[in-house]
Amino acid sequence: MYQYIIKRLLLVIPTLFGAAVLVFLLLRLIPGDICDMRLAGEGGLVDEETLNTCRAIMGIDKSLWLQFVDFIWGFIRFDLGISMWTGQPISYEIGLRFHLSLQVAIMATLSAIVISIPLGTISAIKQNTWIDYFVRAFSIAGIAIPSFWLGIIIILGLLITTQYFSGTPWMPPIQFKPIWEDPMHNLSQLLWPAIATGYRYSAVATRMTRSTLLEVLREDYVRTARAKGLLEKVIINRHALKNAMLPVVTVIGIEFAFLMGGLVVTEQVFNLNGLGKLFVEAVDHHDFTLTQALVMVVVTIFVFTNLIVDIFYAWLDPRIRYS
Amino acid sequence: MDAVSQTIPGKEIEEPAASKPWLVSLFDLIRQQPLGAAGAFIVIIMVFLAVFANLVAPFDPIVNDYGSMHIPPDGTHWLGTDQFGRDVLSRLIYGARTALVVGFVSAFIGATAGLVLGVSSAYFGGLFDLIFQRVMDVFMAFPLIILALAVVSIFGTGVENLIIAITIPFIPRCARVVRSSALSIREIPYVDAARALGFNHRRIILRHMVPNVMAPYLIMITAFVGQAILLEASLTFLGLGVQEPTPAWGLMLQGGAEEYAESAPWMAIFPGLAISLAVFGFNLFGDALRDVLDPKLRSQ
Amino acid sequence: MKRINRLMSFAIATCVAIGISTGGAMAQKRGGILKYIIPSNPPSADGHRETTFGTIHPFAQYYSVLIRINPSNPASTTDFRCDLCVGDVPKATNYGKRFTFKIRDDVKFHDGSKLTAKDIKASFDRIVNPPKGVLSARKAYFLMVDSISAPDDTTIVFDLKYPSGAFIPAVAMPYNFIYAKKLLDKDQHYYEKNVMGSGPFMFVEWQPGAFIKGKRNPNYYRKGQPYLDGTEAIFAKKQSINVQAIRGGRAYIQFRGFPPKSRDDLKKALGDKLTVQESDWNCVLMVTPNSKRKPFDDARVRRALSLAIDRWGGSKYLSKIAIVKTVGGVVFPGHPLAATKEELQKIPGFWPDIKQSRAEAKRLLKEAGVPEGFEFEFHNRGVDQPYKIVGTWLIDQWRQVGLKVKQRVQPSGPFYATLRKKKDFDVSMDFNCQSIVNPLLDVSKYLSSDVSGSSNGQYVDREVDEMFNKMNRSGDPVEQRKIMRAYETRVLDEKAWALPTLWWYRIIPHHAKVKGWKISPSHYLNLDLANVWLDE
Repeated sequence: MYQYIIKRLLLVIPTLFGAAVLVFLLLRLIPGDICDMRLAGEGGLVDEETLNTCRAIMGIDKSLWLQFVDFIWGFIRFDLGISMWTGQPISYEIGLRFHLSLQVAIMATLSAIVISIPLGTISAIKQNTWIDYFVRAFSIAGIAIPSFWLGIIIILGLLITTQYFSGTPWMPPIQFKPIWEDPMHNLSQLLWPAIATGYRYSAVATRMTRSTLLEVLREDYVRTARAKGLLEKVIINRHALKNAMLPVVTVIGIEFAFLMGGLVVTEQVFNLNGLGKLFVEAVDHHDFTLTQALVMVVVTIFVFTNLIVDIFYAWLDPRIRYS
Repeated sequence: MDAVSQTIPGKEIEEPAASKPWLVSLFDLIRQQPLGAAGAFIVIIMVFLAVFANLVAPFDPIVNDYGSMHIPPDGTHWLGTDQFGRDVLSRLIYGARTALVVGFVSAFIGATAGLVLGVSSAYFGGLFDLIFQRVMDVFMAFPLIILALAVVSIFGTGVENLIIAITIPFIPRCARVVRSSALSIREIPYVDAARALGFNHRRIILRHMVPNVMAPYLIMITAFVGQAILLEASLTFLGLGVQEPTPAWGLMLQGGAEEYAESAPWMAIFPGLAISLAVFGFNLFGDALRDVLDPKLRSQ
Repeated sequence: MKRINRLMSFAIATCVAIGISTGGAMAQKRGGILKYIIPSNPPSADGHRETTFGTIHPFAQYYSVLIRINPSNPASTTDFRCDLCVGDVPKATNYGKRFTFKIRDDVKFHDGSKLTAKDIKASFDRIVNPPKGVLSARKAYFLMVDSISAPDDTTIVFDLKYPSGAFIPAVAMPYNFIYAKKLLDKDQHYYEKNVMGSGPFMFVEWQPGAFIKGKRNPNYYRKGQPYLDGTEAIFAKKQSINVQAIRGGRAYIQFRGFPPKSRDDLKKALGDKLTVQESDWNCVLMVTPNSKRKPFDDARVRRALSLAIDRWGGSKYLSKIAIVKTVGGVVFPGHPLAATKEELQKIPGFWPDIKQSRAEAKRLLKEAGVPEGFEFEFHNRGVDQPYKIVGTWLIDQWRQVGLKVKQRVQPSGPFYATLRKKKDFDVSMDFNCQSIVNPLLDVSKYLSSDVSGSSNGQYVDREVDEMFNKMNRSGDPVEQRKIMRAYETRVLDEKAWALPTLWWYRIIPHHAKVKGWKISPSHYLNLDLANVWLDE
């Protein structure tokens, strides 16, 4: 087992290194740089000399090798460096947004679990009935509806309905306050994006619950239990559901990792100051250091979530370790 | 699994085996797979609209008409007009073309490249497999938006480049799935036998291994079409995709639609519905296809 | 000028009230927090080095500047005030080469220390001759400055190399924050992340990407101001969020500008609770053909591109959906140097009859050997308002003379790189945006590419450069105007180097309770908020 874990851990290194090379090169292939962005705004009259001064300050006049070594060496020491755009430490910039992204991800996950497991179970038990069809249609719709559009529709719906009922339109707050400071304010802001992303999320989890449960229900031990005359309820709860949970937990874990770095479009729609918005802005500003750091954070979260899932599987099923 | 995948091609859902009168078979199928049939129905309608867009659409989707800006749905403009006075319905119908082209082309290229790479990786194994797996890991974990932005910035915006951006993340995902099914086949005696007989690699891969991973391949393709349409919409919404004046659903949701959602809700509602319905249709169809192709999930 | 004040009757009433502040019926009320929205995420707090309005909107209120436009008359292009001075903006002495400012001695920084001429010298030294490792984005505006000296604590002297009408407008640029010398001496980069000025408000908190808060400066040197207890700005780039925030009362005002349709929607939703201020904007959206590429090296083709554009019609329609409105030439419409409508309508592309224009366009294209259905690429910036909206309109205009246009849209960074460095475009969207209206300098956009850094058409036309120099050397407004007409005809008609489309139009719909603020022709100006108050 330890051998397996060590082997898997070692394999993480080339993945991270590959991602680092990829993001480093891609960013430098995009035409334009941060000094163009910063000084070419409408309010400046800038000559080449000033641009060069700017490039020297930002450190992008150095050779590619030096820049890459700086980047990797920083990453190895867990030092993410300084954002080129704001001059603030990147750990501070990310820290500011992390809380919000984490909370939305947790809220979406909770709602996904609460919705998906009962729905998926009912759907599997009542396979090929109208209940099953309804649940399946509902969950496929969740995957089909773009969550950013759902967000637009939610905001629109809120404005129109509150206008209709109370005469004054109401929209969710656009300024983040931590939940311990002002729970009402916090929830009334984050509930809506959590719904918009949670629907998709629960749809994915519902489908996974249904299909793994269906497989498990055909396994021998379930048949044995049935043959023994155990109550269907007991079979489902004690035996089937427990064994079907593993892939479901996997999906939930991977979706969670995805949400931490992937709320790019939904955060735009709700103006959430989260990691996704930071990401878009960093790319937009040609902020190399910040974009690199964000990519590495997202990739690391993703890789390690996968790693944990794999190790978990290997721990449960020894055959995997040797394959 | 082998038998099934070799004898039942994906088309079976629309054209079931002979012997019974086709209407009866169709009816049977609808009863067995009502959701899949509904999905197929949606897909067929969409393909029809896309192919015959120039006959079906009541207006030119590109011509600006400043006399009729922001008209709510009425008898002439069934789904209203946008800020340039263009008919929303016509743009939706032409938009189906863009969606289908992007969806099918990127799904096909992505899944096929994944198929080839996945099978070779499984077949050759060893160092090639190890390195290939790491490269796939990188692309799986890499944020799509950076890839898309890089592609767009280097090659420019437009449908072709959007397809490249969408295809890249599909390749590793299909390769993964194909590789794992191919791995199980590699150990099967007849592949060993073929090797022992001295057949060359290409022949073994093409003749023996590829046909046996057709099931996951077809399932991936149908899943990818829906996902590609969604991705196209999201990337276009972020300004990285299709550009005006090309009619495209994601483009219709961007800018004006969101800004004027309150006073002209038809601009925001209908393109979103079109995207959802199309992806919904492809997913229903894909699910049914998987049920048919994957015997483990077939109803008892 | 009339145009600027249209739809501003309410705002004017407010301003009159400010003028007679004591005993007037509309006396300013004190207190309240002004909530506003900023469609940007500012790079840093250092005005000297940044060029975006994203630094002005949140930070202007914390600093004093030496000269600024009159906040009660921001529409004027010549009405400057020196707040820190004893008396008015000084007149030049020494044959127009010396400006001596007398500084008041009752101005205090927020930390209690006194603001003296030494601080002003240190700040302008940093702008005009930045020390190594310090970035100054507006150094090039001060090429005429020879030396800056502060003989005593209340006197600051600027000596110029040659007399220049561009000096005072350059000093009046809103980015020239006055910093404290002692802090600059310690660390030239102090002001990038910290705020310590002498403006009407004192800095409280800045959370990047989220919000910034300020509170009233009780020791502000203009007695009685500011009226507000504080300010709270939210950063939100997305236009739809901006509109919804005003509608839902999460913010009272946004100082950049809204599209016309949003104004109408807000007016419908909020009725009396909304006041709208509008003004021409000192920004023109233009089309720049690449005169090194075939067939755009042919003046006839470029003129045909211009003739195909229905500017008068577009002004009517586009002003309903985009932040553009006024038809104009190279000079800010309404400025004395600008062409009148009659003068404008003589230039091809500005003719009143669009049918005649399009026929002429087709004829020119045919004559130049451009086939029907000729396809080219239009390079545009990935920003909705007004770039992409106007881009869609332009493509439709060119379609009507038989040109097929494909659009290549790029995010701002690559867009700039293509336009300015790589220059690999057929025809590109371009713009000329300035803060202080100063046509003599603003039209440098149209000079030969090797002369002006902001000219992107890649042409060399010494005749244009010569006219520009002559115009700037002339002190006679009548002669200036005459040369300007010739300059305009040369650039827009004979050579058609660049094609202005429509001038931007600034629309600020805000909650009616926000009083005292008046719109200006630039979103960089009049943002220290000292005279703003809330009627609640």
